[in-house]
Order: sequence, then structure tokens, then C-alpha cells
Amino acid sequence: MSRRYDSRTTIFSPEGRLYQVEYAMEAISNAGAAIGVLAKDGVVLAAEKRVTSKLLATTKSTEKMYKIDDHVACAVAGIMADANILINTARLQAQRYTLAYQEPMPVEQLVQSLCDTKQGYTQFGGLRPFGVSFLFAGYDSNFGFQLYMSDPSGNYGGWKAAAIGANNQAAQSMLKQDYKDDITREEALQLALKVLSKTMDSTTLSAEKLELAEISLSPQGEVKYKVWSADDLNKMLLTFGITQPVEES
Amino acid sequence: METVFGLVGDGFALVVTDTSAVQSIVVQKTDDDKIMVLDSHKLMGCTGEKGDRVQFSEFIQKNIALYHFRNGIPLSTAAAANFTRNELAVALRKNPYQTNMMIAGWDKDVGPSLYYLDYIATLHKLEKGGLGYGAYFLLSLMDRYYEKNMSVDKALELVDKCIAEVRARLVVAPPNFVIKIVDKDGARTLAWRKTVEEMSGPPSE
Repeated sequence: MSRRYDSRTTIFSPEGRLYQVEYAMEAISNAGAAIGVLAKDGVVLAAEKRVTSKLLATTKSTEKMYKIDDHVACAVAGIMADANILINTARLQAQRYTLAYQEPMPVEQLVQSLCDTKQGYTQFGGLRPFGVSFLFAGYDSNFGFQLYMSDPSGNYGGWKAAAIGANNQAAQSMLKQDYKDDITREEALQLALKVLSKTMDSTTLSAEKLELAEISLSPQGEVKYKVWSADDLNKMLLTFGITQPVEES
Repeated sequence: METVFGLVGDGFALVVTDTSAVQSIVVQKTDDDKIMVLDSHKLMGCTGEKGDRVQFSEFIQKNIALYHFRNGIPLSTAAAANFTRNELAVALRKNPYQTNMMIAGWDKDVGPSLYYLDYIATLHKLEKGGLGYGAYFLLSLMDRYYEKNMSVDKALELVDKCIAEVRARLVVAPPNFVIKIVDKDGARTLAWRKTVEEMSGPPSE
């Protein structure tokens, strides 16, 4: 009976809910998971790929991880086409800030700016909200390394560890158990991969089904964004004991 | 005939402007403070078209305050100077502000810094600089006598040399100057150099 309130995106239902926003979040909960973990010397993003095919040109593009600016990257979960629009918007906002202030945009301001855009689609214009959730990982000189999660409503929060996409509640409670403050980047990588492997549907795990990225500082003090190659990722999965070495027969 | 100049010393930066407000041949005010305090640790000495000067410097001051309210952190001096330059540059080919300025600030990680910004949006980070007719005289004085990391007293000696030169050599030299300083303790007025006071009251009987 509340169906009559959900075709218009920008009105409240009698119970005070925004159905379109909730339906957008529903779409995301069917998408590939992404996990972010904040370490004291970096931020780790790990994600599950849904499109796996040998024919994919994986060296040229990533499915889940995107660089917004030199000091900010994000992982997406949800409708990829929507995500592309928002990523482009975020990149524009970051460059506009740098044009005006000749400095990198503080991470929270970038997230806030993007979330203001997302909020607009829940209040006016009559267009549906974006079916994407983001995990933003970045570094700035004000607050160091930061991790933010944002959803279609335009809400965002700063997190020490967060999960979006499929099974995100299970992942979030696992992260809550195993996360400790002062975690190092190495431990964060292990935690993210471990939690991701446990919450993923597939029975066999391999680098082809995962993407891994991290934000860290080089010894010279520059922000580095690194995406793991499939080979390095496979090695790491073996080292952490998440996959077993292939038996030689 | 307005002059603005500034220099960087040991942990501080100074900005000096004349304080005459002139309309045609009349000096309306001899104590017109042209150095706006942009925030706790930033100064902007602004000269030029009277209306533009106040309008633009207040606009920048309010935008800097807005940034601080919105984001919980203040702008760095470099960011504020570049923001100001951008505003001038955008307005330049529409409705230009005819104002020249020296922007000085103190940041925790960088220390004191000084920026030259003229009316066509030329921005330079400098140790010493000036604008206006007075600059023709005081730039060479500063080239000769400026040293890095001067104390406040030594810097004031140089400032006084510059003011004396402007008073001696500029045909319609402004009589009074104000000196403001910005350092780790903030932005504030340091001193005035007056030769003329505003008059008030009828002569005593």
C-alpha cells in the first residue's frame, strides 16, 4: 500500500521514509562487496569483482577502484554507470578546489561535496538517486589518513573500517571483532582480504576475483596510490594463508 | 599616491601602508587603515580604487571566514593568496577590481610568508615587495638593506628608512603610515608613523 509513494523519488512516505533511496541501497546490497580498513600508516581498499572473464583487459582498467585525485581514491559498490558519473563529478570538484586554492582538496571536504550532489537527487529535480555507495580512502595534511563511507542518501561518515555491497553487515561485524587501533598497513591488508574472502559467495578465491588498492606515503612524503597486480595479489593470498598453494601432481 | 609594502623577518611578516584617503585634491582622512586582518594569522594591505578596495578586501575576509566555519580548519596563507588571486583573475575580464595588495600570513608548518598581488592578478611569493609610486623608491632601498631573518627592531629600522624616503622623494607623499605584524601570536597593529593628526574641536578661546 506504500507503493503509491515510491514512484516519485523526492517525496516522503507517510512513515517518513524515502523509498527510492532505500531501493537504491537495496540495489547496492546485491553488488560486489568492498571493504576499507584504516591503518596508522595508510588506508587499504579491497573489493570483490563480479565481472570475471579471461577476456577482460584487466591491466588497463579496474572495475571497483578509482583514483579521484593524487591523494584520494575510492572503491565503489552498485550500478557502475552511476558510479562513473559520480567519480567524474568528484574528480572535477577536486580539480576545481586545487585551481582556486593551489592545494589538494581536504578529503572530508571532497566527500562532503560529492554527498551534497547525491543529496540533491533525493530532494529536487525528480531524478532517481544514484545507486552507488563509496568507500573513500585518502590522505591530507590536516587529518592524515582517512576512510569515509557514503551512500545514496548523501549521508557519509568517517570510519576505521567499513564494508559496502553484498554481505556488508556480516563483513562489518567481522571487522568490528578483529580491528584494533594502531593496526599497521600490513595487518590491514591481511584483515581486509581475510574478511572479504569469508563474505564472498565464491568457493574458490583467486586474484582474478579481487581488486586490492592502498593509499600510503612514500619516504619523500608524497601520497602513493597502488593497485596490486594479479600476480602480487596471488602471492599475498598465499602468504596470508587465505588460499592454499596448488597441489603439484 | 598610495603605497603598500611588506617584508618577511625572523618568524614574522610586516605589512605597511600609507593611511591617506584622497578624493581629487582633498585629503579626506589621514588615518585610514588599509590593512585588513583577514583572520587570526593573516593580513592584507590593500590599495587602489577606494570602493573596490574595501569591497574586495571585505569579500575576501568573509570568504575566508566562511571556509573556516564550513570546514572547521582555516585556510593556509598560500591557499588564501591563491584564492584571492583567482577572484581577481575571474573578475578581470568582466568587471575588474582596481586594487593592489600585499598579503602576509603565518602558518605553523611554513612560518611567515608574504605575497605580492597586483590588480591584474599577478601573484608572487616574495621576501620583500611593494606597490604604488612609493615602490619606485623603496624597492631599491629594500634590495640594499634587507637581510634574511631580521629581528622586529631591525625590520622596523628598514621600514622607517623606506617611509622616510617616500616622504622625502614622492611629490604628493602621504604623511602617515600604519605598520602591522603577523607572527605565531597572530595578526595585529604594531605601530603608526604619523606626522599629521586629525584635527577636532574649535580652537580654545
